Amino acid sequence: MKVLVAVKRVIDYKVQIRVKSDNSGVETQNVKMSVNPPDENAIEEAVKLKEQGLVSETIAVSIGDEKSQDVLRTSMAMGIDKSILVKTQNTLEPLAVAKTLKKLIEKEKPDLVLMGKQAIDDDSNQTGQILSALLNWPQGCFISNLKIEGNKVSISREIDEGIENLETSLPAVLTCDLRLNTPRFASLPNIMKAKKKPLDIIDIDSLGIDTTPRIKTLKVIEPPRRKAGVMVSDVKELVKKLKYEAKVI
Amino acid sequence: MAVLVIAEHDNSNLKSSTLNTITAAKKLSDDIHLIILGSNIDELINKSKDIHLLSKVIKCDNEKLKNFLPELSAPLISNISENYSHILAPASTFGKNLLPRVSALLDVTQISDVIDIVSNDTFVRPIYAGNAISQVQTNQKINLLTIRPTSFEKSEDSGGNASIEEIPFVDTDLKTIFINREVSKSDRPELGNARIVVSGGRGLENSDNFKLLYELADKLNAAVGASRAAVDSGYIGNEYQVGQTGKMVAPELYIAIGISGAIQHLAGMKESKVIVAINKDLEAPIFNVADYGLSSDLFQAIPEIIKELDLLNQIES
Repeated sequence: MKVLVAVKRVIDYKVQIRVKSDNSGVETQNVKMSVNPPDENAIEEAVKLKEQGLVSETIAVSIGDEKSQDVLRTSMAMGIDKSILVKTQNTLEPLAVAKTLKKLIEKEKPDLVLMGKQAIDDDSNQTGQILSALLNWPQGCFISNLKIEGNKVSISREIDEGIENLETSLPAVLTCDLRLNTPRFASLPNIMKAKKKPLDIIDIDSLGIDTTPRIKTLKVIEPPRRKAGVMVSDVKELVKKLKYEAKVI
Repeated sequence: MAVLVIAEHDNSNLKSSTLNTITAAKKLSDDIHLIILGSNIDELINKSKDIHLLSKVIKCDNEKLKNFLPELSAPLISNISENYSHILAPASTFGKNLLPRVSALLDVTQISDVIDIVSNDTFVRPIYAGNAISQVQTNQKINLLTIRPTSFEKSEDSGGNASIEEIPFVDTDLKTIFINREVSKSDRPELGNARIVVSGGRGLENSDNFKLLYELADKLNAAVGASRAAVDSGYIGNEYQVGQTGKMVAPELYIAIGISGAIQHLAGMKESKVIVAINKDLEAPIFNVADYGLSSDLFQAIPEIIKELDLLNQIES
């Protein structure tokens, strides 16, 4: 059994982002970049499945410019066997990302696709759902638990009301919640080993898909700032202010 | 042209997010249709046709639609899409699970988490956990939007008289079996919709201490929320998580207790009208967004607040 993991390179989750002064977007130059956090959960789950002997090969795929190689090296340092970079200078919309992944899936023939439930840069939360529809494979979104027995897949999904449990079968597309597992840190020896693992680079144009953007970004601005608040000295003052000043209790 | 809203419901009642989404639809058209896919929904349909802004309620009633599996729902929606300029769903886990699948079937790009509608082709959405606001324009054959419920008022659920149209159920070859939902029962207000939210973080130290928070919440008739740290630590269930990957809330009063205020948590609550932060760490970033900050041990502060509220109630009664 083969697993394909989709990995996105994003601004590190700890970085306070800056909106560009010309309002064309968010500054990504000279900013620390990392693997999209829920994608790390997808990597961890794939590596765990391999360690359990359920999976024979794990592949990571990223779509982006040359620099996205670093998130693939990180993936391989965490235990992924090989990776593919689909090279493009453009920012792809979820629909185009899903179409690109579909092309690779037709070639690599994985039995399971794992990815994060959303990318923390554009927060779209779409790609897994779209890919599942394009492939006509079962969809399991926001999963916090996964069990595979033979062809049977049992998942728990985090939904607004609590947890939803589903059973489905392979092949399937699953998107991972942060609570699925705890991603491991790549050890130094594994980082060294990852440098020798195969990383193929293919040009997106060679896939013959239409990735023309459907959406135009008119402007990106800073969110409105909240007015500075006050510190109160004790609970009495707090309750008084909430009652008579803010009038919310 | 008409606009289609996909109803979020539990086969008996509409979720309030549906009413918020209908208000958003009003910005696009006066001809708003609501599609309700479910099982045994006659009563729900009857109630829904009274919603003030609706001109039509579309019904698809089948046992198989009982559990809202997107593999079954998405084709039913895409099949009727040509009558519409826009299709809207709430940006809840329900809408997020379903609408991208519809977008794949229609080969259009969906716009997620819309917080403002500028015109029929221009929309505003937060990116980077709300640390930037993006205005986007699109000119597709049909526009698919998920709507952030807290950014739009709820529409009136009475005073209307929409027509009802039934569409046939079309089956899809489905490999997924629904097992169950683990839903925690609570008499408190719904988190996404409450006037007051009392939220706890890692500072509460364990699930037992959350009882203190529940006591305060009940005193205020508030919903309970939590930071990701508290949920990850197992103090409370995932359905209470507020933040970038949890729920978005915008109550009149948000009380953050023992929450440090990571960017990802602020993303879920900084639109609240009044924010109170109680934390013993004066450096905690939560104080930067708080209207009222109290640097105090929460285990002392919570019982004191409860006492003060009791005193207030006595004075009033």
